[in-house]
Amino acid sequence: MQHDPSRTSYYVGDHFYQSLVDSYADWQTDDAEITDPDLRDTCRMLLEKEARLLDRNKLDDWLTLYVPECLYWVPATPHGGDPRTEIAVCFDDRRRIEDRIYRLQNEFAWSQRPLSRTARLITNISAFSTKDPDTLMVRSTFLTNEFQAGDKRNYTGWYGHKIGFIDGGWKILVKQVNLIDCDQNLRNLSIIL
Amino acid sequence: MTPDDSFTSGVTRPAATQFNFNELIFEDRVHQCIYTEEAIFREEMRKVFGGVWVYLAHESQIPKNDDFVASKLGLRPIIVVRDSTGRIRALYNRCTHRGSTVCRQQQGSAKSFSCPYHGWSYFNSGKISGVPWPDGYADDFSDPKYNLAQVPRVQSYRGFIFGTLNPDMPPLKDYLGGVKKPLDEWLDRHPGGKLTFCDANRLKFNGNWKLLYDNSADGYHVIFSHRSLLAMENRLNEGDDEDKGMSYYKSSPDKAPFYVKVFENGHHYKDKRPAVDTSPGGLWAIEGPHPGMEHYEEIIREKLGDKAGSVLDIASSEPVNINIFPNLHILGNHVQVSQPVSLTETDTTWWGTAVIDDEDELHGCVDAVNALRMRTQESFPNFGELDDLMNFEQIQTGLAGVEDEWVYMHRGLGIPGRIKRDTDGYLIGPPTDEVFLRETMQVYKRLMMNEPNLVIEREIEATPD
Repeated sequence: MQHDPSRTSYYVGDHFYQSLVDSYADWQTDDAEITDPDLRDTCRMLLEKEARLLDRNKLDDWLTLYVPECLYWVPATPHGGDPRTEIAVCFDDRRRIEDRIYRLQNEFAWSQRPLSRTARLITNISAFSTKDPDTLMVRSTFLTNEFQAGDKRNYTGWYGHKIGFIDGGWKILVKQVNLIDCDQNLRNLSIIL
Repeated sequence: MTPDDSFTSGVTRPAATQFNFNELIFEDRVHQCIYTEEAIFREEMRKVFGGVWVYLAHESQIPKNDDFVASKLGLRPIIVVRDSTGRIRALYNRCTHRGSTVCRQQQGSAKSFSCPYHGWSYFNSGKISGVPWPDGYADDFSDPKYNLAQVPRVQSYRGFIFGTLNPDMPPLKDYLGGVKKPLDEWLDRHPGGKLTFCDANRLKFNGNWKLLYDNSADGYHVIFSHRSLLAMENRLNEGDDEDKGMSYYKSSPDKAPFYVKVFENGHHYKDKRPAVDTSPGGLWAIEGPHPGMEHYEEIIREKLGDKAGSVLDIASSEPVNINIFPNLHILGNHVQVSQPVSLTETDTTWWGTAVIDDEDELHGCVDAVNALRMRTQESFPNFGELDDLMNFEQIQTGLAGVEDEWVYMHRGLGIPGRIKRDTDGYLIGPPTDEVFLRETMQVYKRLMMNEPNLVIEREIEATPD
């Protein structure tokens, strides 16, 4: 039976969790690093497009970069941890990302009134092959600057994007956001990182 | 010199207070300066955080002998240890020599702590174990004055570790008083009556710590502050679907069957269970959407049939707020701890809890239940608490208009028959009333009008109560 992941969450189960833990273990090795400049450029452009859409607050367009059964994951532990037994800062499947966007677009989400303005820097982008030729892991370093209500703050760390080649183009399967201060108390993290 | 104006050694302390709290705290209102005056904050860090039993840590964070976890008692850096003999202690994280912290990790295991500055070392009981080149000292180090200072009274209630510096405080269980009952009920709904911490959602806000406590049993703000959350949780409802989350606040909560109850010592309780169907599966039916929900529900229902509802309820948020003054809150499945950082800065850490099922009361479903619990617990800190914290910050901003002096808390006051007493004598009111706030402020006022006699301990062999 086909389930619509925007309405029900059948895909987040033991298999998904295990593949997540496995995907994010030991992938950043020199022998797996991709050197082909065209492929590296493709990865860079995908990440830059994502940052551009988020900075412009085009959240619905941003979500089109993701596959239907996707994940946005901000671990609360420096090494990612196992989300089956550990609380994360954010662990959003498709439906919960749509919840998040719905709320951010709701005029009564006080933590985002007024809306934050953001400027994201992404650098040190490197891509790594996996056993599946249609799946890549991409590591990048980010610095997201936020201005809200007279106050400037920033978030920094590294992204681990798991991307897949689907229907002739690259889509994001999982975005893991590794904040350098993920295990510290954070003030009003209500934007999408 | 009286104890009221001296440090424990007899050194004269600055005047205990320059404020007349009789002029600042009334039955119906409080003066804005209790949120904005630096001097009052400094007094609170003695009279409240130190003067009463303050939550420090949970036993599941230090399960084995020699485990430790960093904490704070007010602004004092503390190491909560289970020492090599198994006794739980709260050591001052401060080298006796020149004052440096001796432990700089958040959590771990250590038989001893060694100061990185000059190498003075201490057993995890706090007793000094040695100093480098001791022949450079004319005295030896057998005098207990060289041991690490420690909180003289450390007691646990069902896994929750508290400490106080005040010898005049009653035992912890008496300080908790009536709030033990809802706490027991909250724990006892889980297999074996116990839980373990499983990391946290860690938040902070630029506002005074009391703004969070003031909100903790407030049922008045819910449909306003959390309007976006309520809309979000119900956006996919169709047909006969039950309203999700805290929808029971939506129509006439004043007349709803749930209530706020006020205990002694500033503790209180908002019991929302009478507003929901608590028959098996009732809590699960109002749980908002979360990742993996349908997948694990299907597995549990296939496996357990009629018994599935009560097991799924363990993955659902328990509709209670249990508030233990001054810094511990139990709500849903969370253990929320607040920590003052400065007059206008507060950390609030929402510890997640996981079930331990030693006796297989969940019929082999404990892993599925915990996988669900992680996700149900991430919801409110992400989509609810952030809006509250923004509103607390905006209170702090608004209070900078200092000539507008009063903050009101008189909802429900003076209306005959509205506030009742239960058979134990505790006040009960509608969930939207500010009776909990008024009563807490009277407790706070009494604390602030008296300088407690705070002491530290260094005699390692002494057995506190």
